[in-house]
Amino acid sequence: MSPAASSSKHRELGLTDSEYELIVKRLGREPGDVELAMLSLMWSEHCAYKHSKKLLRRLPTDGPHVLMGPGENAGVVDVGGGLALAFKVESHNHPSAVEPFEGAATGVGGILRDVFAVGARPIAVLDSLRFGEPASSERSRYLLEHAVAGIGHYGNSIGVPTVGGELYFEHSYEQNCLVNAMCLGLAPRERLIRSAAAGPGNVLVLLGALTGRDGIGGASVLASAELGDGDESKRPSVQIGDPFAEKKLLECCLELLDRELLVSLQDLGAAGLTSSASEMASKGGVGLELDVSSVPLREPGLEPFEIMISESQERMLCVVEPGLVGEVMGVCEHWETLATPIGSVTDSGRLRVLAAGRAVADLPVSVLVDDCPLYDLSPAPHEGPLYAAAERVLTDQDTPAEILLKLLHSPNLASRRSVFEQYDWIVQSRTVRRPQEADAAVLALPDGSAIAVSIDGNGRRVACDPRRGAAEAVYECAANLACVGAEPLGLTNCLNFGNPEKPHVAWQLTEAVEGLAEACEALGIPVVGGNVSLYNEAPTGPIYPTPVVGIVGQLPDVHRAGQLGFAVEGDAIALVGPFEASRNGSELAKLAGLPPTGPLPPLDDRAVREAHEQVRAGVRGGTLNSAHDIAEGGLAVALAECCIAGDVGATVTLREGVDAFAEAPGQAFIVSGNERHLENFEIIGRVGGSELAIDGVLRISVSDLEQAWSGGLAAIGP
Amino acid sequence: MKFGVVRFPGSCDDDDALLAAGRVGEATILWHADRDLQGVDAVVVPGGFSYGDYLRAGAIARFAPVMEEVAEFARDGGLVLGICNGFQVLCEAGLLPGALLPNVSLRFVCRQVSVDVIHADTAFTCACEAGQTLSIPVKHTTGRFYAPDVELDRLDSGGQVLLRYAPGQNPNGSLRDIAGVCNEHGNVFGLMPHPEHAVDPLTGSSDGLSIFESMRAHVAGRVLV
Amino acid sequence: MSGAVRARVLVRPKAGILDPQGQAVERALPALGFAGVSNVHVGRLIELEVEDPDELPEMCERLLANPLIEDYEIET
Repeated sequence: MSPAASSSKHRELGLTDSEYELIVKRLGREPGDVELAMLSLMWSEHCAYKHSKKLLRRLPTDGPHVLMGPGENAGVVDVGGGLALAFKVESHNHPSAVEPFEGAATGVGGILRDVFAVGARPIAVLDSLRFGEPASSERSRYLLEHAVAGIGHYGNSIGVPTVGGELYFEHSYEQNCLVNAMCLGLAPRERLIRSAAAGPGNVLVLLGALTGRDGIGGASVLASAELGDGDESKRPSVQIGDPFAEKKLLECCLELLDRELLVSLQDLGAAGLTSSASEMASKGGVGLELDVSSVPLREPGLEPFEIMISESQERMLCVVEPGLVGEVMGVCEHWETLATPIGSVTDSGRLRVLAAGRAVADLPVSVLVDDCPLYDLSPAPHEGPLYAAAERVLTDQDTPAEILLKLLHSPNLASRRSVFEQYDWIVQSRTVRRPQEADAAVLALPDGSAIAVSIDGNGRRVACDPRRGAAEAVYECAANLACVGAEPLGLTNCLNFGNPEKPHVAWQLTEAVEGLAEACEALGIPVVGGNVSLYNEAPTGPIYPTPVVGIVGQLPDVHRAGQLGFAVEGDAIALVGPFEASRNGSELAKLAGLPPTGPLPPLDDRAVREAHEQVRAGVRGGTLNSAHDIAEGGLAVALAECCIAGDVGATVTLREGVDAFAEAPGQAFIVSGNERHLENFEIIGRVGGSELAIDGVLRISVSDLEQAWSGGLAAIGP
Repeated sequence: MKFGVVRFPGSCDDDDALLAAGRVGEATILWHADRDLQGVDAVVVPGGFSYGDYLRAGAIARFAPVMEEVAEFARDGGLVLGICNGFQVLCEAGLLPGALLPNVSLRFVCRQVSVDVIHADTAFTCACEAGQTLSIPVKHTTGRFYAPDVELDRLDSGGQVLLRYAPGQNPNGSLRDIAGVCNEHGNVFGLMPHPEHAVDPLTGSSDGLSIFESMRAHVAGRVLV
Repeated sequence: MSGAVRARVLVRPKAGILDPQGQAVERALPALGFAGVSNVHVGRLIELEVEDPDELPEMCERLLANPLIEDYEIET
């Protein structure tokens, strides 16, 4: 009888028969229960990226400012003045659908740990959220309210400002909400640390919270007889976050690094101790031996496999030279952080797990980390429509003015004030541009320069045309940075997709990665890290293919950070950049009840690059008093946003054939400034008065615009 | 002029307070477990989530060793400024009247607000003018000031309400729009808005600097006498 | 362990003080189909084991409750 047929435990843990046979072959025997639990997680999609790893190799990762690329806990770029900026985005989609407050909170907690695991002090968080339509779905309103509260709770309590983000509502996210969290951190270059374990004989120390049964869920099939079915309450599938514990852990880790007491550092995330220990050993080309009986527990009676795969939050693993362990314990005590030696580094290349001195797992690190098979995708575009249209909100009788007001009032475009007022965006005293003041958040650095950051994506447009839609996300994000005067330094991405084993999703994924790669190459922006979240699918179908892109950039003079609102009466208004726009995939098309269909407009990357550079230079030189990219909603919405932010009107004339509601994200900008500074641009109007007047199209008072815009989200919560 | 900024486990705005106070004088951190106030002229109890806001905001922090020294310092007339969580700690410690309750909206609110200076003849407001409006941000979930009516009347008549939210600006439902109060002696002051986040026009406003400048002026004036 | 007494302390907001949490719950229950609900207040439960239950009132006065804004009830 083949090994696979003799036991179905592996299937219940998510391993295929052929994967199980491969494990048996590699080990030369069948795996024990603890080993099986460890392997089932290390070989899961979430940890091994089985269906995406090959594809991700397409993304460009080199850049002149890159200090750490993909593969470490976070990507890192040099920002001058001896400082390094670490950043990454991660998803916490599935837990947030189960318990939105804790799911979103622990998502923030996890990405914070990734950043301070490389030695950087977290200085900002951004959230990228997607839910179903709020007007028709009470569940989506509930998820929104609690996810926002959870993000606020964690970020505010730990003292890291949430400075930006994005929020979208589409039917396709109804069953599978998306919660992506991005974090930036600052470190003196000397404090950066990698996760590779090193030095046989060095001590493995576990820091932080006690270990409980969080996140064990599916592996319960391995439980011993005493704790069987009917004890669901003992295995919470939800992880509960404690930002106070993480604050102490963060300060403790940074002090340990300042004092150069650590050889390496790794955070415990998905698959807990198993993945951390495996990754540390693998990167260092060494082995690790640990005894689960030394792990401090929240409750008695945890079995070895539970301890190895627990996803209890707020824990880190570090490697310490034996002579420094005492000093490490002293620092941890000062910060009221538990520190426990649990094992040591060996030169065996194996991960050996003991329970009270008795070996319960002993296998090569390479089997855990390297031997998981990588699968090729079988991409093929879907025949016929894959996504339903949203409810029709516009009528045939709507005038352009009414269309603009409905767009501004729609959940995807309305003011997000009711959301971001629940976040602390000022702690740490670096925030120079607050939410909705500019297209990117701007954070001051000690040397007088500043960091800019934005997070962007549009699933519906990617559904229309995955390659162009994904490229647009990169261009739009870079355009947001240009608006504040920043040059992009690096990019992190989260790929949120459906089931990749289905050819049409595989096609979306393949096309989207190609689009991201092309745009990054064209703009010269390296990808320094990211995350993939697959299987976001309901019986009704997959989510919109949603690559989310976060870019950090730098501007040399913080006092010249751009803003989006019209600033000076009498200023000329100009349109900068090629604007090959279309209504496909637009917010207008959505409100008109049209399903998402492509193609999306082509993009002349040379002309667009030039436009970005012109805007960046104008903002840096102080000749542009405002800059705003034309994104969702098109020209009319962009102009309205500039008027609302500046609390002043504008008179504009559009060229023949220019459609006020067509879209082409990332390509073009609305800028304002003294007329003589805008000579080289296409001047389309003037700032002034109390109305937005687009000649021959619409005329609305700024207060009506503001009312429509500020009431859109508040009406439905949070 | 030397400021001491208390740091509890969970303090978040301690570094910001250090930076702000550092613009006006010297500033140093006072660790929660130490009893040495390092000869400071004024103590700042900063914002944040000391001890995770567990049980009640400020309830556990008030028992920290450093707070015993701060209480004695206050009894001897030393200047103590409590900001947001610091205000909560001082109320729990009985160094200030009243208590802070959850915001009426039950939500965290981060917003720039206008506060009116009611009395400009105190150690914390002497660099301001009575009736002056300051633009300072608030950020809290538990900022609704409460005291029984009798107490509120006493605070009003005793000149202990130093800052009130300007009309329409009350973000949390504080009774009588109270944003900041001082003790009877006038040497301990607590406020929910964050003056340390209003010290630079680049990050919003510099109106908060006047509170730190008032404290310096007061201390300097005392020494000269 | 000999002598350990299990106690519960119930802490509730003082009557007359605005209790928005209680109000929020009072509003939410009818929306779920429960009629006739009124006078809702939300407080806190603290469970502990103590050697000397006579110390409980002082524990409440000094730490577990804030007597200015909360009432407490001890159950042993």
